[in-house]
Amino acid sequence: MPVNKASNTDEFVKGLWRDNPVFIMVLGMCPALAVSNTALNALTMGLATSFVLLMSAICVSSLRHFIPRETRIVSYICIIASFVTAVDYLLQAISLELHKSLGAFIALIVVNCLILGRAEAFSSRNRLVPSVMDALGMGVGFTLALLSIGAVREILGAGSLFNVPLFPDGYQTWTVMVLPSGGFFVTAFWLVVVNWIHQRRALSP
Amino acid sequence: MSDLSHWSIFINAALINNFVLAYFLGLCPFFGVSSKLDTAVRMGGAVSFVMLVASVCAYGINHALELINAPYLRIISYTLVIASTVQLVEMLLRKLSPPTFQALGIFLPLITTNCAILGLALFQTNRGYGFSQSVVYALGAGAGFALALVLMAGVREKLDLASVPALVKGTAAALVVAGVLSMSFMGFAGLGA
Repeated sequence: MPVNKASNTDEFVKGLWRDNPVFIMVLGMCPALAVSNTALNALTMGLATSFVLLMSAICVSSLRHFIPRETRIVSYICIIASFVTAVDYLLQAISLELHKSLGAFIALIVVNCLILGRAEAFSSRNRLVPSVMDALGMGVGFTLALLSIGAVREILGAGSLFNVPLFPDGYQTWTVMVLPSGGFFVTAFWLVVVNWIHQRRALSP
Repeated sequence: MSDLSHWSIFINAALINNFVLAYFLGLCPFFGVSSKLDTAVRMGGAVSFVMLVASVCAYGINHALELINAPYLRIISYTLVIASTVQLVEMLLRKLSPPTFQALGIFLPLITTNCAILGLALFQTNRGYGFSQSVVYALGAGAGFALALVLMAGVREKLDLASVPALVKGTAAALVVAGVLSMSFMGFAGLGA
């Protein structure tokens, strides 16, 4: 397979929009909805997931000739679980408060279908550099998607962004947005926006 | 060790803090298999069974890991146990009920990466539930998951016949339905006290 610079950039860019993990492929929805009640939580979760995605892509891609086909899923899960454990302890060391507010969802990165999906579909078949680019693109795309959901929920639900108040005192907060159902509504809203942009592009040549 | 009564643990897991609608766990099968009522019931059953087995195993593993003082192995060992349980269910279903096996398709092996199951194991560990409490918690969570899935499938079967704008059709419409369901489940909040 010929690998050149242009295709590497393409592997990176596709994760941002064309194959965006959350809005287009609808992978990794659970954390996307669960921890996006504030922009800060969403950003932390996105970065943690990106880190695991990147590290497991590096491992899976470099070990792809040594892992037998029959045991590949179990091997991938072991690799992913090791990095998730590392992130779990790392975050605990950096900010205990943030770790508490994300709760079990850091540990649940293990079962984020996005990571196993990319390991199986991409890293296990490609060389190191494209795999890294793919993982970075997917990670950034995932973080952006989470951040866009989290920002809308925090602005409407708490009247602030990254804990900075945006509105004067009289602002009536939409409590429903920080509740679980708000996560569903905001994600549905973003999906409609993405669909709309796609539709317009398809119509205008 | 938590001293909650079994009944309150069950109600809490099944209704008040429903795994799908309040914790957002297990959304992939929730959206993936909820288009037909029949499949939804079978999927609910399979997930509940895996939850029960995983919960019992997780209780044992947690004790073993505490004995050898290695809590950092928890995530890896839980995941591996769940993966093997799913393999077991897959083999059983293929033998006992081939139509169910066919209907669930790719979503059966994907139960491995269903966060509801790992979530259950982690939550019961974090809350320090005893053995019988863990079993009741798993039963409640399984019942709650099956309930949410069946409700969703019922609504989506009707939604197929309704005229929905092309923009919203598909996942977006399903998300809105899930949002409304989640709101209605908040009505159970008072039951916990």
